[in-house]
Amino acid sequence: MNSTSTPIIEVHQVHKSFKDVHAVQGVDLAIQKGEYVALLGPNGAGKTTLVEMIEGIQQPDAGDIKVKGLNWKQHQDQLHRVIGLSLQETRFIDKLSVRETLHLFSSFYKLPKSRVREVLELVRLKEKAKAFVVNLSGGQRQRLALGISLLNQPEVLLLDEPTTGLDPTARRELWEILAHLKTAYQTTMILTTHYMEEADYLCDRIVILDQGKVLAKGTLQKLLSENNLGEVIDFGLNAPGNHLEIPPLGDHEKILWKEDGMSAHLLVNDIVTYLPELLESVKRQGYHFTSLECRKMTLDDLFISMTGRRLGQ
Amino acid sequence: MNQILNLISIQYKEFFRVPGILFWTLLFPVLMASGLGVAFTGQSEQIQHVALISTPDSSNAALDAFLEGAQPEELQAGTALGKAVEHPDLGKTQYYFHPTDWQGAERMMKRGEVALVLKAGESLQYHFDPANPEAQLTYLQLQALIIAPNRQYALGTIRPMTRVGTRYVDFLIPGLLAMGIMMSCMWGISYSLIDKRSKKLLRRMVATPMSKRGFLFSHFVSRLSLSIIEASLLVGFSHFIFDIQIQGDVLALIGLFISGNMAFTGIAVFVSSKTDNPQIGNGLINAVVMPMMVMSGIFFSYHNFPDVMVSIIQGLPLTMLADGIRGVFIEGAGFETTGLPSLILASIGVVFFFLGEKIYKWY
Ligand SMILES: Nc1ncnc2c1ncn2[C@@H]1O[C@H](COP(=O)(O)OP(=O)(O)O)[C@@H](O)[C@H]1O
Ligand SMILES: [Mg+2]
Repeated sequence: MNSTSTPIIEVHQVHKSFKDVHAVQGVDLAIQKGEYVALLGPNGAGKTTLVEMIEGIQQPDAGDIKVKGLNWKQHQDQLHRVIGLSLQETRFIDKLSVRETLHLFSSFYKLPKSRVREVLELVRLKEKAKAFVVNLSGGQRQRLALGISLLNQPEVLLLDEPTTGLDPTARRELWEILAHLKTAYQTTMILTTHYMEEADYLCDRIVILDQGKVLAKGTLQKLLSENNLGEVIDFGLNAPGNHLEIPPLGDHEKILWKEDGMSAHLLVNDIVTYLPELLESVKRQGYHFTSLECRKMTLDDLFISMTGRRLGQ
Repeated sequence: MNQILNLISIQYKEFFRVPGILFWTLLFPVLMASGLGVAFTGQSEQIQHVALISTPDSSNAALDAFLEGAQPEELQAGTALGKAVEHPDLGKTQYYFHPTDWQGAERMMKRGEVALVLKAGESLQYHFDPANPEAQLTYLQLQALIIAPNRQYALGTIRPMTRVGTRYVDFLIPGLLAMGIMMSCMWGISYSLIDKRSKKLLRRMVATPMSKRGFLFSHFVSRLSLSIIEASLLVGFSHFIFDIQIQGDVLALIGLFISGNMAFTGIAVFVSSKTDNPQIGNGLINAVVMPMMVMSGIFFSYHNFPDVMVSIIQGLPLTMLADGIRGVFIEGAGFETTGLPSLILASIGVVFFFLGEKIYKWY
């Protein structure tokens, strides 16, 4: 078998239900070694549930999960050593220092002391090595969590919302560390997020998850071009637009009114042909624009066009 | 092994770095021992308040004779006649008689200012709640004193028992030791495990090759050693202050101590096996701890409970532990008496530990 064609992570038709929610509904994923994949979706999409099944923390109701060809039923010990992970929300022991916390976890893997030093360097927490966890900032805590996940030099890194709630600087800092891992160690990573710029910046491929199903997957370019919805016109009107007639829309084109009824989000194939017609028709009907913006489609727009909802909600 | 040592060492750090925990587990038992020990052991003066209903035409000769020389004193509740009675063996009792009428007497009763109303007349009337032992005692003392002021109600002779081993502190300290073991395990282990589950830390830890059993077991080791520190403090303190000695076999005591820790570690692991809500955890721990605190004869003998209950109470782990420790401390017991309870306590611990481990919710 050719090693490049065998994915390091294989998820096949995985389902998981809780009492009244079908949280993951038949998801398929195949991730190659060295690939960074973003699992993008709004809250409640099933990202955590999916990732925790890959981590062996939750068991799927149906379907198969393999990492390096190993499964959780038979190869638990080996998988623990292959995978590094950080959970969506873990609070470590308040009154332990950063170094002590890393030591504790490294003892579970029977690693030498030098590894803690290396990791402190890797996640840029050397200066904070003696600080108690309780006194760390949000970004430092996330870097500690990342450091713990890196202790065993994992081939596969699974990070659940590592940057949620962080300010842009702290987020950037984490991105840089992750980008470094990719070039230095060829780590494979799945990262869940609801920030599309994060997915865009870090990841080779994006999987969009909504209500337990994969809506789309591929590179950003592929997602945008495949959906063939090149461009966006955002506009605001001087009065409610419920009687506004707009030029006819094509197959993949659509208009989404915002809640105020006075502004809208128009997805079109080609601004150059559509915009003059729109301007003309608005003017003819006695409206005028209070704002007008034309741009290329982003992931956020893509998500809105697929679900009618915004990503970050 | 390194793993378990590391786990134990972080538990020490958690313990010694939180001043609150340090106070409650190390200092509190010592403070309690000194407070209760002094309150019940020292020859402190007793004070009795009595409401007195008396009019010039309802006087009583014996009562008047008793009250002769009593001085009016200003108290918070008003003016009262003070009369002190010295007894060579029982110490001093200070009586305060509050002159009042029926209404006033009733009000004082309701407020708990007096436990007894004395109504003068040709024959004296004592009004009190017969179910209140303190009121009964006041009644008996007063009656004896008024009838025969000089005999001072000592028909027989009184021989005070203040020999080491028979005082209240001798009863109390072993009880506090047993209670300390229970509290330290239940709060120290159960609560910290539930807290780690609620912080999703347990979930994170078992996503590594950490040994789950080793993790749970490390709590036994760290708690046992902390219990030893705690107990040494308490025993050392009470030795210096109250001259308490271990009269029996020290090895038997150590055996009991270890098996007591085993029992409560097991129970603590079991109690912490499911919930991830610290409030519920709090309730569960209290549900285990409180009944035993009340019933197991830590502060007062459980022999005042009805017989049916006594046999149940004697089966509680805290009772077994407290009675065992008491036996060694004050009755000079050795393995022949502590062997069985030690064995039972250890088995309770093992059974609950494995039961808890089996149903343990890690995620
Ligand atoms: N342990 C659970 N019990 C019940 N419902 C759950 C549980 N975990 C997740 N869910 C539900 O499953 C859905 C997916 O949740 P989750 O995987 O956490 O989404 P995400 O991580 O994308 O925000 C949500 O509707 C959530 O409420
Ligand atoms: Mg989530």
